[in-house]
Amino acid sequence: MRKHWLLTLILVLALLLVACGGDTEEPAEVEDTGETGEVAEEEAVEEEAEEMEEVTLVIESWRNDDLPIWQDVIIPAFEEQYPNINVEFQPAAPAEYNGVLNTKLEGGTAGDLITCRPFDASLELYQQGYLASLNDLPGLDNFSDVAKSAWRTDDGSTVFCVPMASVIHGFIYNQAIFDELGLEEPETQDEFMALLETIANESDYVPLAMGTADQWEAATMGFQNIGPNYWQGEAGREALLAGEQAFTDQAYIDTWQALAAWAPYLPEGYEAVKYADSQSLFTLGQAAIYPAGSWEIQLFESQADFDMGAFPPPLPEAGDTCYISDHTDIAMGMNAGTEHPEAARTFLEWMTTQEFAEMYTNQLPGFFTLSNHSIEVENELAQEFLSWRETCEETIRNSYQILSRGEPNLENDLWRVSAAVINGNMTPEQAAEEVQSGLDSWYEPQQ
Amino acid sequence: MHRPAGKRFPWHLVVFLAPAVVVYTLFMVYPLLDSLRLSFFTSGPGNERIFAGIQNYVTLFTNEDWSWHFWNAFKNNLIFFAVHMLVQNPIGLLLASLLAARVRGHAVYRTLLFMPTVLSVVIIGFIWQLILNPLWGVSETILELVNLGGLYRPWLGRSSSALITVSLISVWQFVGIPMILFYTALIGIPHELIEAARVDGASGWAIFWRVKFPLILPTVGIVAILTFVGNFNAFDLIYTMKGALAGPDFSTDIMGTFFYRSFFGQQLQLGNPTMGATVAAMMFLIILVGVLLYMVFWQRRITTYEV
Repeated sequence: MRKHWLLTLILVLALLLVACGGDTEEPAEVEDTGETGEVAEEEAVEEEAEEMEEVTLVIESWRNDDLPIWQDVIIPAFEEQYPNINVEFQPAAPAEYNGVLNTKLEGGTAGDLITCRPFDASLELYQQGYLASLNDLPGLDNFSDVAKSAWRTDDGSTVFCVPMASVIHGFIYNQAIFDELGLEEPETQDEFMALLETIANESDYVPLAMGTADQWEAATMGFQNIGPNYWQGEAGREALLAGEQAFTDQAYIDTWQALAAWAPYLPEGYEAVKYADSQSLFTLGQAAIYPAGSWEIQLFESQADFDMGAFPPPLPEAGDTCYISDHTDIAMGMNAGTEHPEAARTFLEWMTTQEFAEMYTNQLPGFFTLSNHSIEVENELAQEFLSWRETCEETIRNSYQILSRGEPNLENDLWRVSAAVINGNMTPEQAAEEVQSGLDSWYEPQQ
Repeated sequence: MHRPAGKRFPWHLVVFLAPAVVVYTLFMVYPLLDSLRLSFFTSGPGNERIFAGIQNYVTLFTNEDWSWHFWNAFKNNLIFFAVHMLVQNPIGLLLASLLAARVRGHAVYRTLLFMPTVLSVVIIGFIWQLILNPLWGVSETILELVNLGGLYRPWLGRSSSALITVSLISVWQFVGIPMILFYTALIGIPHELIEAARVDGASGWAIFWRVKFPLILPTVGIVAILTFVGNFNAFDLIYTMKGALAGPDFSTDIMGTFFYRSFFGQQLQLGNPTMGATVAAMMFLIILVGVLLYMVFWQRRITTYEV
């Protein structure tokens, strides 16, 4: 009996030890991940020595593709001007970013600077107190209201991220195929359809490289790409928000109709063609036109060995004003719990400058600065996209602000019905009906 | 402690059980109960949890947005399960009896047939998407070789065939498990029984159905319940191949993907942990009912022969 007791005692003690061991390790761990060991110890002296002390800022991001550009170009340029501030870019996989970031913020281990998704994902972080207000940041006046709209409170009173870049929708085409068949960029919907017909009849090329298997392309590269011309950009988007327009209005039905007309020109078996498939189809030179977002430019430039051109979404009628989707996509905010608010603000302020705008837009062709600085883009294809800002009215995707807050989720619905319309499983009218009834069920201005 | 001598509390049992009980409670029982608890709450402003009673369950079954998804996922899951029961398990049994007949090279076949089961789902999903791909896939070419090219369809992309296609891919992956279970049961049958039947003049067919099959009935039940639990917990293959929206038009949405979408969100849809927990609780309940039915109607009636 005594022996059993002894055994139990030992076991309990061992468990306790393990538990305590875990406890004592923790502070050390925090020091490690914060990469600020020295600073934490000398917190008392920190304030007076702020100017002198070397600090390290960590950037959270989902753009792991951009790691080399941040490490080799952007950060060295900043550190040259501010030798006391070291910056580290620590990206996560795009699909995991939101989850990882939330966990890190809750655990207090997130980096000092946080890359912001547009609209509600970041708004929620601000409301939970994880993102600091940036209202008094000098340099924010370099951005227009539309640019800031994705990262401020609904009443517009507080901005919590510095807008970085937008992506523009349009169509990228294979110049070699256009030359071979003697084709020209279409301006109107009729010309566009005639062009597709010509490619289909006179060659073996796939006229339009897109599939519906992943569903989002149908909505993003299709519906949101060509739609602004029909619903007149911001006017239509704001009317939806105000409840003055509905998805059952002619403009939206026309958009889905135009989309449904793509089906015969998509690759064979497009219902099972995924995003990467259509990208490869285009870069391998087997397809003539690719419904695109400007973020494709980098990949296409590196993989395609032919010249490429781009044209904006075709107009419903000749002579109409053109509208493009110039979607606010990425921004940077400050972790409210950062230990180096001054250094972080210095970095954010630097991000509002002409220098950063030029560097970012040129290093990442296809991501266009949202600031009012006028800049030159060296990449021709990117410059083509950017030039539409001069001639066309800009808008953002209509499902992003406020309208995707409820259940059923508008963005998910748009993916689903846009794919179904192209697949021929739903008429444009049915699509409109379903999306609108979903919105009706929770969005008051639409009720 | 003040028990009569000889009836002392068996402390050593506690000590031996403790590690397993502690680990199991910490990582299985507690999270399960906590998840069930979460399903009775709702999120208020600033992420605080407010007790809501059975409101989440009421929403799940009465709010059309939720109930449609639930019943759709449930129906799809039943189809998913039916395909496994009708295709995977009979094929598993067939393969097992062929292997148990000690055909030449049966060890090689056994290994090969079991291999897909140990492959990563991501690889399986990727390979099959390539095979069935309308642009670069080999399935159309193979069909053309036998002059059946006209039969090719983008099966994974059509709402009419996508669910059956993913189910069959899952069958291909997991057929090794019933096969191995049936195989071990079959080779455990004593030779005397089979020899006796043969002496009595029974055909191979009769021996299988009259002698062997009754003897492996307990395994049939185990395979069925394993398939049921596995299928109603399935998620990864569909998530890998069709994403969290389980397209086209939610035709491949099963309980697992529905739960994932509710709990973690999708693109602009923010996650809703409390409703996610409610869906998880329903999954738990469905599996619990299934297992209980099995226990009552199968396990208790089945006679385990001493073989």
